Amino acid sequence: MKSWKPDHRSVAATGRLRQTLLLFSLAVAVLLAACGTTSSSSGVSPAETALPAPTSLPAAPASLTSSGEMAPVEAEPQLPATVVDYQGEQVTITSIERIVSLNGDITEIIFALGMGEYVVGVDSSATYPPERTKTLPNIGYQRRLSAEGILSLNPTLVIGDEAAGPPETLAQIRAAGVPLAITADPPSLDAPQQKIRFVAQALGIPQRGERLAARVEAEIAAARDLAQRIANPPHVLFLYLRGTDVQQVAGRNTPVDVMIAAAGGINAAADAGIVEFKPLSPEVVIAAQPDVLLVLDKGLESVGGVDGLLKIPGLADTPAGRQRRIIALDDLYLLGMGPRTGQALTDLTIAFYDAAQGSRP
Amino acid sequence: MSAAMTITLQRIAGWRRTGLLPVLILALAVAVALGAGIGPVVVPPDVMLAILLRKTGILLDVPVSMQQEAIFWTIRLPRVALGVLAGAALAVSGALLQGVFRNPLADPGLIGVSSGAALGAVAVIVLGISSLGLMTLPLAAFLTGTATTFFVYRLAQRHGRTDVATLLLVGLALNAMAGAATGLLTYLADDAQLRSIVFWTMGGLGGALWETVLVAAPWIAVSLALAPRLGRALNLFALGETEARHLGIEVEQVKRAAILLSALATGTAVALVGPIGFIGLIVPHIVRLIAGPDHRLLLPACALGGASLLVLADLVARTMAAPAEVPVGLITACAGGPFFLALILRARRQYGWG
Repeated sequence: MKSWKPDHRSVAATGRLRQTLLLFSLAVAVLLAACGTTSSSSGVSPAETALPAPTSLPAAPASLTSSGEMAPVEAEPQLPATVVDYQGEQVTITSIERIVSLNGDITEIIFALGMGEYVVGVDSSATYPPERTKTLPNIGYQRRLSAEGILSLNPTLVIGDEAAGPPETLAQIRAAGVPLAITADPPSLDAPQQKIRFVAQALGIPQRGERLAARVEAEIAAARDLAQRIANPPHVLFLYLRGTDVQQVAGRNTPVDVMIAAAGGINAAADAGIVEFKPLSPEVVIAAQPDVLLVLDKGLESVGGVDGLLKIPGLADTPAGRQRRIIALDDLYLLGMGPRTGQALTDLTIAFYDAAQGSRP
Repeated sequence: MSAAMTITLQRIAGWRRTGLLPVLILALAVAVALGAGIGPVVVPPDVMLAILLRKTGILLDVPVSMQQEAIFWTIRLPRVALGVLAGAALAVSGALLQGVFRNPLADPGLIGVSSGAALGAVAVIVLGISSLGLMTLPLAAFLTGTATTFFVYRLAQRHGRTDVATLLLVGLALNAMAGAATGLLTYLADDAQLRSIVFWTMGGLGGALWETVLVAAPWIAVSLALAPRLGRALNLFALGETEARHLGIEVEQVKRAAILLSALATGTAVALVGPIGFIGLIVPHIVRLIAGPDHRLLLPACALGGASLLVLADLVARTMAAPAEVPVGLITACAGGPFFLALILRARRQYGWG
């Protein structure tokens, strides 16, 4: 069995840099806390020089584990395996020879568990690990799947999360007698561990799942600890952009709201009374007065980069716009609630911390 | 036009009339075989036969893989069957309504079935109702679709008579109201619901299961079986309502039957496959241009033609960009539009219209 390895030297280097940064910012934070509220500007300056500028924050570091690869505990998957899906149905899996994964986060988890070599098909939201997902047969978009495309790959297991659909397609796969394992995906920080345990159980490697889940849980907890040191939480406005046609902000009850809060920020849209996704308007922007703009890589690209973004009415006149505090992260990395969620949280926390320092009077 | 030429034209018309149904039956058989056989996994005819016979207990000496059987039996066959039912239902409804309204632009959308069904479907999606599982949405769409038609009919009725012009206008008004309500619900929908609404509105046969086919079959079969009985009456309708009445036709009864049958057939089809446009409008015209306006031939020919067209359009829709699917309505419009246009232009030259 092949175990997961980071692919580039530079990746490992990024990981080490990240660790150093994390330790360093922790140390600064502890120092600040020790100093009480009398944090002088001289005490903050090292942090400002050491932390990356928000606009240049590296998107999606590819390192899966910061400490190296995972040694498999179970030599062989224990099959048949049984899981209880999100609707309480029992699913029995007798073979994992050919896996079709219906969602990007689930694909990422399978690869993180070191079982990527069994995957024979992924959906179009699967972007990680990039060099592997790009070459695998694509079954289309996760919410618009077709049973025929999936069954033509001759799968022995079809696995995904609640976002997979439409339900008729899932019913067809079940009717064709192929084991179909669908996990719940609540918009909370329990989701990564929950999904990892589910996938590992389905693949017959529960112990490996436990270890990965425990590590992700610890990473998330560490990031949240770090986030609590942010004394002056910045107002963060998340923008979902697809060119000039689709421009939305995310309020309460969205996965990104969970991420912003956990990373020590205030979701400016939720603060302005917005629930779920609503169209972006200059009024919303002015009411929100964000210190930081959070966008997805593809979204930023679709409006023509930072300069294009700041041409959207209202944005240039916010604190975030004036100081060009823009964080761009990969879709699956920021919102996937998968194995890298702890790292994404750490990224956000560091950026928020930086913003909080910068916006201090 | 010389006498000899007139006779030749009549002869061709005669041949077309007698030959049309056998040709269409053959076309439907070919369409079904292609639709069930072609896709990401090819199922050759001998394998199809082996799988079908195995279901009846006869074993053939043809190697059949599990995968072929799963795809053919649980995915393609229900899908093709649903395509046959829905295509026939839409085309026959179109022919019935064009006959009753004496209006070549009449289609099943006119009497409110489609917009009513859309309202029901969108309401189920936005309000998150799922008490009957996968059948919740089709049932709601069917009920609101047929209910809307019922309202259109009742509102247009006065002293036991329905005026065709009033019927059209009432249909227009109720379509607008249902559209507004659907728009309001769409506005209230969240992101995921919005996506479901868009997918439903595009229509498609992708969700076909045997259960779906079994639910649709009785309603559509009854409508298709009863429709040709109206053939003679609809032929006389073409002379005008008053003339038809003088010739002994129960005009109101025929109108009611035609509207009821098309509401039943279209309501079922739209509920299960979504609004697939164009078939109800175009197939009757094509058949009329080929074989003339006799409804006794038109109605069964529309059933066969509509079924073949939808099955073939669906085949193109799911193979063109496989494994993703193009909305089948796009294909019917793309293929039917130019064909229809060519027929009209040719007929104009031939008979010297306009």
